[in-house]
Amino acid sequence: MQSDSPLYPDQASNFAPNVDALMIYITAICAFFAVAITAAVIYFFFKYRRKDPSDVGVPIHGDMRLETAWIAVPLLLALTMFGWGAVVYVDYRRLPMDTLDIYVIGKQWMWKVQQPTGLREINELHVPVGRNVKLILASEDVIHDFSVPAFRVKMDVVPGHYNTMWFRPTKPGRYHFFCQQYCGTNHALMGGWVTVMEPMDYAAWLSGSSDATANPAVAGEKLFADKACTPCHLPDGSGRAPSLNGVYGAQVLLADGSTVTADDAYIRESILSPQAKIVAGYQPLMPSFQGQLTEEQLIDLTTYIKSLQSQPVPAKGAGIAPATGKK
Amino acid sequence: MPREHYLNATYGIRSWLLTTDHKRIAMLYLVSVTFFFFIGGAFATMIRIHLLTPQGLLVTPETYNKLFTMHGVAMIFFFLIPSIPAVLGNFLLPIMIGAKDLAFPKINLLSWYIYLIGGSFVLYSFSTGGLDTGWTFYTPLSSVYSNSAVTPAVLGIFINGFSTILTGLNFIVTVHTMRAPGMTWFRLPLFVWAQYATSIIFILGTPVIAITLLLVGLERMFHLGFFNPALGGDPILFQHLFWFYSHPAVYIMILPAMGVVSEIIPTFARKPIFGYSFIAGSSIAIAVIGFFVWAHHMFVTGESTYAALTFSLLSYLVAIPSAVKVFNWTSTLYKGSISYDTPMLYALGFIGLFLIGGLTGLFLACLGLDIHLHDTYFVVAHFHYIMVGGAVMGYVGGLHFWWPKITGKLYPEFLARVAAITLFLGFNLTFFPQFILGYLGMPRRYSSYPPEFQVLNVMSTAGASILALGYLLPMIYLVWSMRYGAVAGPNPWPATGLEWQTASPPLTENFDVTPEVTWEPYDYENRPDLGLAIHGAPSPVHGDD
Repeated sequence: MQSDSPLYPDQASNFAPNVDALMIYITAICAFFAVAITAAVIYFFFKYRRKDPSDVGVPIHGDMRLETAWIAVPLLLALTMFGWGAVVYVDYRRLPMDTLDIYVIGKQWMWKVQQPTGLREINELHVPVGRNVKLILASEDVIHDFSVPAFRVKMDVVPGHYNTMWFRPTKPGRYHFFCQQYCGTNHALMGGWVTVMEPMDYAAWLSGSSDATANPAVAGEKLFADKACTPCHLPDGSGRAPSLNGVYGAQVLLADGSTVTADDAYIRESILSPQAKIVAGYQPLMPSFQGQLTEEQLIDLTTYIKSLQSQPVPAKGAGIAPATGKK
Repeated sequence: MPREHYLNATYGIRSWLLTTDHKRIAMLYLVSVTFFFFIGGAFATMIRIHLLTPQGLLVTPETYNKLFTMHGVAMIFFFLIPSIPAVLGNFLLPIMIGAKDLAFPKINLLSWYIYLIGGSFVLYSFSTGGLDTGWTFYTPLSSVYSNSAVTPAVLGIFINGFSTILTGLNFIVTVHTMRAPGMTWFRLPLFVWAQYATSIIFILGTPVIAITLLLVGLERMFHLGFFNPALGGDPILFQHLFWFYSHPAVYIMILPAMGVVSEIIPTFARKPIFGYSFIAGSSIAIAVIGFFVWAHHMFVTGESTYAALTFSLLSYLVAIPSAVKVFNWTSTLYKGSISYDTPMLYALGFIGLFLIGGLTGLFLACLGLDIHLHDTYFVVAHFHYIMVGGAVMGYVGGLHFWWPKITGKLYPEFLARVAAITLFLGFNLTFFPQFILGYLGMPRRYSSYPPEFQVLNVMSTAGASILALGYLLPMIYLVWSMRYGAVAGPNPWPATGLEWQTASPPLTENFDVTPEVTWEPYDYENRPDLGLAIHGAPSPVHGDD
């Protein structure tokens, strides 16, 4: 969708009006200085042009008050830009609770999207209007960047770990998304469309195109068995490794006494670098699966583990910190 | 013209290739950086023609990626970084402080040979498969996935780094130990201050990029896992190391140009520069603070919010010394005796373009705006305003200012003014539309783009053709003037620096007798030797020093 204005794209997310206001503020200050200094240069240029070839100028060496003023005033103005920019950025980087979580995997040169129901899309992203949407970003190969100009947000997609970004779409429509980090030959083709829908339409779209065979929880369960996770991660907690029932989203107590939230990044790390965080009460026995699983398979596994949230948690359950143990 | 000078003191190819005269080495650099400028410029021309249509007019995406990569590598590492220091700095720095040569003349020649060897590796990479990683060499694209000739390119840049380091070392030692009697630190021309600040960055920053690119080469050749996450490396570590040098490298490019402008403005306003010590100090401040802003290139990599806040704040701080310079240059014009000579047109053009380049840096340092603007054409426009509008305008302006000194000849003034104005207009038409493209969201490094971006791209390409003309014109008349130009005489403007006290072109030893400096810089008021009428001037106003 093309914006009505030739100067800025559509305003289609909660961030867009804030970023545009900030843009106008900084543009106003900068335009003032650019115009004032250019005008002064041009005025002096003509006013003090040389009248006689042997003329010299008036020897003025400087002025302490002026120097102080043009250090202090720009500094103060710069600090206001910094402050306002920081407010917008912190708002963007602090994820809200209660988000609709969508996985986005970048690979040379396409985007794979997985909706919470497991529905998959390629180079398309459907989201409901008015809902906080969190994208969990993973890369199969090089660094990519998921960018939606109409939402005024972007985030790099870095191989080796998850990045997250969020936004709340505010206006139904179709908007470009781009890969905005150079990623090789077909970088320019690595884009697609975000479709912002009314919540009812989104729900209908999700159910209308559901595909049971592509259910990632089912695929994850199969992987879990194939990779021989089951013999150790017994559901009742009697195995050599903690039960994964109810672990997703819970606080996990580690061997060093600290706790960690079992989010997507933690689960990913525990599969690829199991020695990084050892659950209290267990031995560091698990082998690394680095290089044996694609990002997509990791998401399948995570989705499967997520689906175990409703399963009964055994007494010796994954070192999950007792509720009384934390504030 | 003097009967004997550095150009005709000895003859033959050996006398040039084995010279240790800083002026001749500067000429060797002039030829070689101009060569790389032409290569980089040819790539730029193809890029702009290609982008005339949304689908891309000229080449495949693969070739397009090579074009912008090789454009960046040629221009940054082999033109912009050496341009002012190795050409103008090499020629002028010893003369400006009243010395016979740099402290280490043989090392100076060695620098040039290292530059040639590094350049050869890079040309080898360009001609055998090309390079498609972007000049930023981001991993793991460069270290694992790219099929282009990455290894010779990183080796070339690694080798070239030693050339830069040696030049910086030479300059620093020379300024410390070889100043003529009376040439105190605060009598140094501001160009020397700028070269000194640049040299600090050369020797502190360059080793980091050299090692970093070597690590990329090692990861590529021997699969050592520094940056590749599949081998346990961290791709973000590369970005930290890369920008730790490459952000200060922006100041390597712009500081010397600021030094040129600080020479031109007082000369053509015929008055002392306003706030000498503030301009000198701000060069050092930029060099130092410039080392602590690198991660502002990484606000959307997922770096911690606290790191982002810190680097945003520091980036705003580094803007202040640049602002101080602009205010002081503008104030220098006040009550001056201003002429329209070509170097002055370049200097004033520099102020206008650097102003826009610098101010748009404030947009990118702003965390909230960077999440929208990062890696869009806004960034492309911003850094071209700094590097081309600033650094190249400064370099070309400096060439025009010192050309009569370097060659002893004057260039055709009217043509030169036409070229300066053509460059200014062509530049703005090329790059201003790119700010708007960026805010609209057009990503950089795209070989094809959505059709709604076409109008602005066509404007940009139209501007680029004017810009190209503006660069060709000086090439032609400057070369022409070497043979046919009018004799310049020792001090045609006239200017106050020591380089104007000796013949044009200078003798091999620069001065007959070592000069003794008894005057302050740009002190037209107390320089009866310049033959100017010091009439009706009120008593000097001293506020600064």
